[in-house]
Amino acid sequence: MNPAVTLNHGAKTVRQYPSGWLVSSILVTAVLLLPIITICAYLFAPTSENWGHLVETVLPSYVWNSIWLMIGVTIGAGTIGTATAWLTSMYRFPGRRIFIWALLLPLAMPAYIIAYTYTGMLDSSGPLQEWIRSTFDLQYNEYWFPEIRSLGGAVTMFSLVLYPYVYLLARAAFINQSVCVLEASRSLGCSSWSSFFQVALPLARPAIVAGLSLALMETLADYGTVQYFGVSTFTTGIFRTWFGMYDPVAASQLSALLMIFVFGLIMLERWSRSRARFHHTTNTYQRLPEVQLKPSHAWAATCVCLLPLLFGFLVPLIQLVLWAIETFDEMVDARFIVLAKNSFLLAGAAAVVALIPALLLGYGNRAYPSRLMQVCTRLASMGYAIPGTVIAIGILIPFGALDNSVNSWMKTNFNVSTGLLFSGTIFILLFAYTVRFLAVSLQTVEAGLGKVKPSMDDSARSMGLSQGQVLKRVHLPIMKGSLFTAMVIVFVDVLKELPATLVLRPFNFNTLAVRAYELASDERLADSSTAALAIVAVGILPVIILSAAIARSRAGK
Amino acid sequence: MKKNRPYLCFLIALIFSCNSFVAFAEDSVVNIYSARKEALILPLLERFQKETGIDFQLVTGKADGLLKRIEIEGEATPADIFITVDAGRLQRAKSADILQPVESDVLNNTIPSHLRDKDNLWFGLSRRARVIFYAKDRVTPAELSTYEGLADKNWRGRLCIRSSSNVYNQSLVASMIEHIGAEKTEEWARGLVANFARKPGGGDTNQLQAIGAGECDITVVNSYYFGRLINSDDPKEVATAEKIGIFWPNQDGRGAHVNVSGAGVTKHAKHPDAAKKLLEFLVKPESQSWYAEVNNEYPVVADAAIPETLRTFGDFKADDLDLTLLGEKNRAALQLMDRAGWQ
Amino acid sequence: MSETLITEDLCIDLGGSRIVDHVSLKLMAGQIGCLLGPSGCGKTTFLRTIAGFEKPAKGSIHVGSELIADSGYSMAPEKRQVGMVFQDLALFPHLTIGDNVGFGIRHFSPKERATRVKELLELVGLESYSARFPHELSGGQQQRIALVRAMAPRPKLLLLDEPFSGQDTERRAQLATEVSRILRQDGATALLVTHDQHEAFAFSDITGVVNQGRLLQWSDPFDLYHEPSDRFVANFVGQGVFVPARVLKENRIETELGIMTGELTHTLEPGSEVELLVRPDDVVHDDFSPNKAVIESSSFRGADHLYTLIFPGGARVLCLAPSHHNHKIGEKIGVKLELDHLVIFRK
Repeated sequence: MNPAVTLNHGAKTVRQYPSGWLVSSILVTAVLLLPIITICAYLFAPTSENWGHLVETVLPSYVWNSIWLMIGVTIGAGTIGTATAWLTSMYRFPGRRIFIWALLLPLAMPAYIIAYTYTGMLDSSGPLQEWIRSTFDLQYNEYWFPEIRSLGGAVTMFSLVLYPYVYLLARAAFINQSVCVLEASRSLGCSSWSSFFQVALPLARPAIVAGLSLALMETLADYGTVQYFGVSTFTTGIFRTWFGMYDPVAASQLSALLMIFVFGLIMLERWSRSRARFHHTTNTYQRLPEVQLKPSHAWAATCVCLLPLLFGFLVPLIQLVLWAIETFDEMVDARFIVLAKNSFLLAGAAAVVALIPALLLGYGNRAYPSRLMQVCTRLASMGYAIPGTVIAIGILIPFGALDNSVNSWMKTNFNVSTGLLFSGTIFILLFAYTVRFLAVSLQTVEAGLGKVKPSMDDSARSMGLSQGQVLKRVHLPIMKGSLFTAMVIVFVDVLKELPATLVLRPFNFNTLAVRAYELASDERLADSSTAALAIVAVGILPVIILSAAIARSRAGK
Repeated sequence: MKKNRPYLCFLIALIFSCNSFVAFAEDSVVNIYSARKEALILPLLERFQKETGIDFQLVTGKADGLLKRIEIEGEATPADIFITVDAGRLQRAKSADILQPVESDVLNNTIPSHLRDKDNLWFGLSRRARVIFYAKDRVTPAELSTYEGLADKNWRGRLCIRSSSNVYNQSLVASMIEHIGAEKTEEWARGLVANFARKPGGGDTNQLQAIGAGECDITVVNSYYFGRLINSDDPKEVATAEKIGIFWPNQDGRGAHVNVSGAGVTKHAKHPDAAKKLLEFLVKPESQSWYAEVNNEYPVVADAAIPETLRTFGDFKADDLDLTLLGEKNRAALQLMDRAGWQ
Repeated sequence: MSETLITEDLCIDLGGSRIVDHVSLKLMAGQIGCLLGPSGCGKTTFLRTIAGFEKPAKGSIHVGSELIADSGYSMAPEKRQVGMVFQDLALFPHLTIGDNVGFGIRHFSPKERATRVKELLELVGLESYSARFPHELSGGQQQRIALVRAMAPRPKLLLLDEPFSGQDTERRAQLATEVSRILRQDGATALLVTHDQHEAFAFSDITGVVNQGRLLQWSDPFDLYHEPSDRFVANFVGQGVFVPARVLKENRIETELGIMTGELTHTLEPGSEVELLVRPDDVVHDDFSPNKAVIESSSFRGADHLYTLIFPGGARVLCLAPSHHNHKIGEKIGVKLELDHLVIFRK
């Protein structure tokens, strides 16, 4: 049958989903879009005089810094992620089994913490430069040392903690690639080196691009790191305009511009992926050859994998531990345990909650693959690229209005004050996390859904299963891994999340991230290290479990 | 099956939210939104609780975020009191119309009038001076005089300072606009930018450490960061502090730039009395001394005991500019710094 | 024998256009049927509608005596007792071979289930693979597993949607014969769709040709080949050429190759201009025949040669000659036509 007809079947296959699904999907999208719409609504407000000032003075440098930052992170995180993924999936070399999971560890390291840590070490007053000065008896100006607080420094920090996204997705792609195509390329006269560039890389491109887009969105949304490094990006610009000039309109307009830019990026990524769908390989499975490298090459491979792990995780970890030893007694008390518990529960709840709309939208898209649904889903997943504070305020505005109208209605009619029903609750915090991290869970859920072919639904039903049973007996077991991955990434992201938590959390409710931030922003790096270390410790366990799950999963499974 | 879950969450959320609303329905409680970090406010609050029996609930955060939150929460806000650092923010809270006046003889009698709002909307709780620090081995105090003097050519490539995103710098520039006019201030800012030893970045402590490391010779930071270095457990930080001298600028003129941390009772406070009690508690001499002790900030009241560290900084003449002006000039200050190329 | 599948006047619309157009057919119990047609002709949609994944716009479907779908009613797929083997096999990657085969018979007791799974795996000679996972099997093995998985619940009717399309040409006919054997051994009633006539002929008792949603002919494969009712069928099934001819009296027609007598497929006025279907096996090599033709091209196929011949009048026919009749291109050979049925179509 020709592809058009088959595609049509795909669409029709799932017609048996409850008809309310489309309505719920659109409703959920609408609710998730609420903060984004709130911000974008400012686009229609008249522009203030500050705009002229912005355009004349700083806007160009914001834009350029953001672009350079993105280019840098694309190269940095892209190279590290792809190279390590390729090496660990295709070759055998010393330490490979450890690297497979250990390379994910920097995921547990918040960017702002690694930035503080490296600044502490590499600053002019840090131990390294001090050692150089005292050993060689030099003054500050008499030797060259890279400035950590710079654009290059920021690129390095982001690349070091964000490459795992690329690694994660690229490795999954490499593992699932048919060995046949690689062998075919070798037989057509490509060296293994050029096979990688000619065949493996293009085949894995959608996965790499998807990983990069996550990394870039996080980069764009970051405030803490770039602000500390004095790199003015679009996001720092938003904050200056909002809080420095106290011009929420211009700030929202800047945010909306950022969103439009990000939306373009997402569409680009979608476009590249939907084209790549034609490249899907056969489902005939062969064990990957895992070529044994000759010793010199093997040790080179070990180094390539060790470096990002060393600088993205071990070095900052050791520094944190050293600081924590100094301050441990003061910092760890009963309250600290509560912080850890809060963080853990909050991240766990968010991981589950964020999965629900992702499933709803993922299935919605599968059942009703329409333009409308596509665009809705993409819009709803833009939260990942928007600074948490902006999202938080985008959420506060509509919910605050809702709370106030309920409050005054109840007051007039029943003389009862309800106060805030949504704002300042865990609910709104979870909602903010969902908006912010939907991109992550949605992407993973969609990847999982891709593994369940429509014919499997049909097949199971023709063998006597109802729709519900199909979900339970076919979908759930196949998608289990993806759902777990989605939950782990959201969990770790929420654990690290700061700005939205800071603005939205209820009374007497602190998290590890808040504690670490408060101390670090008060310039008490050593004191903040215990909390930072705890974030890493709580985040590390699911990351390791995740890595183990990925190592076990193979093509066709 | 899956469809029921959001409703379930909604239910859970409702239960959560009921919690918060029951809490403020009770009388002996005060709800605090604080931009002062938890570590710098919680011990005082606990003391307050012990002394008065009034419970407290606390959310900390960035000043601007909390301010916005109170603004959006409107009439339904649970916040009774808003604590923040920087007079600019206090002024902004005033103009956002989220504060209510507090009539208290205790506050009016203890806090000097230039450190509180003339309409009694906010009150300064501690003073923070932004002053010049220099490398003792490379600079003599005689070379220093005023903030204005920092733009002199002889400091070319020798000055470190934080980014213009930092509110302390914004307030300093705002005060200069007030004193010497926008035009002269902009000229001054250009001179200052030309004197930068490195791109602005990091925190105040980093600037002091850069002097210690020899990266630059002078800087402008809040004095309590220097106090922290002196009192540090880390011998390296103490050694750094020993290389650095403090210089009080503009002593023959208007005095050193001083900002405040402060607080105000919110317009829709549900427990205004408790909030007022808390304010009065915070200006008690013991509370004031605690600030000075823990964070090396200067008290706003005259009779508070000053710790040893602060005494070594010496007496100084403080700029008694009406602090409300800092908030009003904040935007102009920021735009001016943008134009001057101060990142 | 009773009917297992009856479709009456079945029409199916997808995305606003008619995909299946007034199809009526009957399949007897134990029969193996086949729908043959080019890509996009609507045969897969027809199958999916019988399985319950699409709804008819018009007409009805009965399985046994039970109505399972018409324009206003569609029984849920899982209730129909109609099994289906999919083009991409749709084996569940998370289940072992044994669990895949046992998937549709969970309602059996564990013992019965184990027996049935074992029996089916033995039927396809894969009993030792029960604990393996689908991706560890070869394509042909996966094929057979998909088949017995669908057979496991003993559906009233088994539908096969181009199940051999993933295989190479050599394997296809072989697999089709084997699957046909397995189905017959199990006493199953089955309907296969394919675009490959060898597969269809190797497989089925009864075959239909579908084009543009219409069932053109539904008969046994022999008739389909020798007595196509439609020019499309004649062209699609087997090789052959159309030679211009004129109808004479008394079951005779005149062509460039001589006058032929035989049973005409249509009764037409003498003198009508028609075209006669000439299959390669109708043209017999005969050195003594007065009809001579020049060999234009030849292809050696092992057991025989397929020659393309040109008659002096310009008519071209295909001729199948036994392997030992080895002639060169350009050579003139004698041929005669052996036609029992004269398959003619109006010009």
